[in-house]
Amino acid sequence: MRRVGIDVGGTNTDAVLLEGDRVAHAVKTPTTADVTTGIERALARLLEESRVDRRAIDAVMIGTTHFTNAVVERRGLTRVAAVRIGLPASASLPPFIDWPTDLAALVRGEIFMLAGGHEYDGRPIAPFDSAGMRRAARRIRETGIRSAGVTAIFSPLDPSGEEQAALILREECPGLAISCSRDLGRIGLLERENVTLLNAGLVDLARRTTRAFVGALGGSGITADLYITQNDGTVLRAEAAAKHPVYSFASGPTNSIRGAAFLSRLDQAMVIDVGGTSTDIGALHHGFPREANNVVEIGGVRTLFRMPDLLSLALGGGTLVRADPLAIGPGSVGYQLTTRALVFGGGDLTVTDIAVAAGLIDLGDRDRVASLPARLVTAALGRIHAMIEESVDRMKTDAGDLPLVAVGGGSFLVPERLTGISRVVRVPHQAVANAVGAAIAQVSGEADQIFQNLERDDAIAQARRLAEARAVSAGADPSTLTVVEVEDLPIAYLPGNSLRTRVRVVGDIRGSSPQQ
Amino acid sequence: MTPLRAVPLDEIESLAIGAWILGTGGGGSPYLALLNLRKLYAAGKVVSLMDPATLADDDQVAVVSNMGAPLVGQERLTDPATIARAVTLMEEITGRRFRAIMSLEIGGGNALQPFMAAALLDRPVVDGDCMGRAFPEAQMTSFAIHDLCMYPLTLVDVRNNAVIVARAESWKWMERLSRTACVAVGSIASTCKAPRTGKEVKACGILYSTSKAIRIGGAVREARRAHRDPIGAVVDAEGGVVIFRGKVSDVNRRATEGFLRGTATLDGLGEDRGASFRLAFQNEFAVGWLDGAPRVMTPELICLMDTVSGDAIGTETVRYGQRATVIALPAPPILTTAKGLEHVGPRAFGYDLEFRSVFAS
Repeated sequence: MRRVGIDVGGTNTDAVLLEGDRVAHAVKTPTTADVTTGIERALARLLEESRVDRRAIDAVMIGTTHFTNAVVERRGLTRVAAVRIGLPASASLPPFIDWPTDLAALVRGEIFMLAGGHEYDGRPIAPFDSAGMRRAARRIRETGIRSAGVTAIFSPLDPSGEEQAALILREECPGLAISCSRDLGRIGLLERENVTLLNAGLVDLARRTTRAFVGALGGSGITADLYITQNDGTVLRAEAAAKHPVYSFASGPTNSIRGAAFLSRLDQAMVIDVGGTSTDIGALHHGFPREANNVVEIGGVRTLFRMPDLLSLALGGGTLVRADPLAIGPGSVGYQLTTRALVFGGGDLTVTDIAVAAGLIDLGDRDRVASLPARLVTAALGRIHAMIEESVDRMKTDAGDLPLVAVGGGSFLVPERLTGISRVVRVPHQAVANAVGAAIAQVSGEADQIFQNLERDDAIAQARRLAEARAVSAGADPSTLTVVEVEDLPIAYLPGNSLRTRVRVVGDIRGSSPQQ
Repeated sequence: MTPLRAVPLDEIESLAIGAWILGTGGGGSPYLALLNLRKLYAAGKVVSLMDPATLADDDQVAVVSNMGAPLVGQERLTDPATIARAVTLMEEITGRRFRAIMSLEIGGGNALQPFMAAALLDRPVVDGDCMGRAFPEAQMTSFAIHDLCMYPLTLVDVRNNAVIVARAESWKWMERLSRTACVAVGSIASTCKAPRTGKEVKACGILYSTSKAIRIGGAVREARRAHRDPIGAVVDAEGGVVIFRGKVSDVNRRATEGFLRGTATLDGLGEDRGASFRLAFQNEFAVGWLDGAPRVMTPELICLMDTVSGDAIGTETVRYGQRATVIALPAPPILTTAKGLEHVGPRAFGYDLEFRSVFAS
């Protein structure tokens, strides 16, 4: 099987050609403002240099931070109708209540709060207000709003309120994009609603972007299906992914972690990706990034959904070093490293200069850092190593030693020995680990639900069946499904031995196999 | 303090942080209540804080709290109108107007509930509560320790449901009856406890705990702004002690009889390297053992805080790998009397330990 993986980063667009489990070719090109041109160039170079038959490519996977950047930079967002179902509960805290004002001003269109929703045990809070929903839908049609986010109380346990609302919206507003919270978030109404409204605000951009990606692919002569990589290290077909842009928010670091796993042949390890301005640390658990189970802020909005558990440090090759008193970062010269660092003839002392002076890497003009005091170089390097060691240890969830896979352009900063780490693994193609991670992605399904009066094992088995059904409907081959995550949390104050259980499964894309 | 003073929103922000720390791992996050108060203040409401010493002996004081499962609260949210209805229902039953409103527990989200009710009902909030922290059950209050009457109680939900517990044989019966009603309405309800007279509040309340929570939160915010150690700021401001610094190495939780019970273990870092600390919790942290020997126990306040940010860590959110510091804050004196310890000492939580204060040694 031949796959192409493309990772669109802030600085570079990387592309790799994977033949079976071998990296056949890799290219790095600058990212362009419109994203698509960079992808076209990367694809063109990859195809030309590898001389692969373009019709022999089975799938193309793209990972992009385009949608996260849109939120952070407040651009490309559309106005949405927010529908909350749950009155009389939750009345005092309407949708957008905890959004930054500037972002809310761009995304908030109409707000509708209606009776309905459920209790934790499945009873309705109040009968669903279908007449009110119909009035709201007509109002949405009049205003010309093209995207709606629907959130009902406890919809992860009973989605029927959101389903009824979506049905009415589809009847009354042809062409309206509908984002339902039950498909996107976890228990925690405001955080799940926030994810849903972000998603609704991005679907227009996602449609346009995906269409451009498909166009770029068609222009290159490749006939294979296009997939977009997700936060959890899996992929969705481009048309499906365009409905859920929030699910690719963190696909960059996720793809690095997955690529590191693939290149090192490890499935339980810590991963560190050291870039130019920052370092991401994650944990590899059964070959996938461990998920965050806490609130993650995106562009100032609190969210709780499928995101990798990452620790980001302001440390990279371009990080500024101050001599007296010694300080590493948090400032960085960023993409100007090749003009501003001492070894490149600039006037700023950076982490790269320290690494060159210490002989860790040979870059630029070594003579330009010869005069740095040896004591400063040793002290700075000691501080950098301590930062990395402590941060890696923070992200470990097991007391035993684990291997650490070091990837990224700045991975020379990772010392050979760290407390709690059995060995540091360096891999070939580490500079394009993220594109490799995109190329190998599989399909997943997840269930997160409260079970009552069930033994723990029975609750997990039920959740697993639900997760498997969802994976299959997303395009997974049922015979390849494996459980990658099981988590359970007993719930205080609920009667009858309540257990919240979350299970996630993955499988290969149907009709193909990742290995030849 | 002045008899009545307006509390600015900035102090409400501090209150939310301080209350979460005084929650000693439980009490529920004050975040949703804080959002409500930001909205009420944005609409022009300002709540006043009342010095309890200025209450007349026969003034009536409402004692309010939200009860239920924090997880349900994350979906159903919390609403000032509901807590206000619990108060007005009590006024209808007793036929007497409340002079002021106070909190049942200053630890966690319930520190802010009286402010939400007060904003709608235009009454002051009494500076005080009856726990001085968070505890899981109704009989764990200074009013119960003083054997005050525990009824009537009003319980309302977001719909037009209301329950009056007219009488109860004991505080434990009151807990049982109100808990049953709470489960029936979806495991989240707003309550107004037995009305207290000004005299009872002055004699039996835990006074000035609201100011204390505002002070603690203010110390944390000030330390963060100045890039100083927020935990040191709390300990210095409140006469607390740092008990242990380490990394969470194991967490074990189970839900039994409607409570979240379990343990968290920390491996020492820095000066505590080589030592191990185990914390047991029942919603809130109850006992801490240093290398197997009891070191700190309820009712003294055991707070687990993120070593760097100074954020309080809850028993529902503590997890492996966190860099955390255990601190102890003094308990209100009433809780460590012989009668107090019967209600909230280690034996009340099933630990066969003689209470020993960390502040005595």
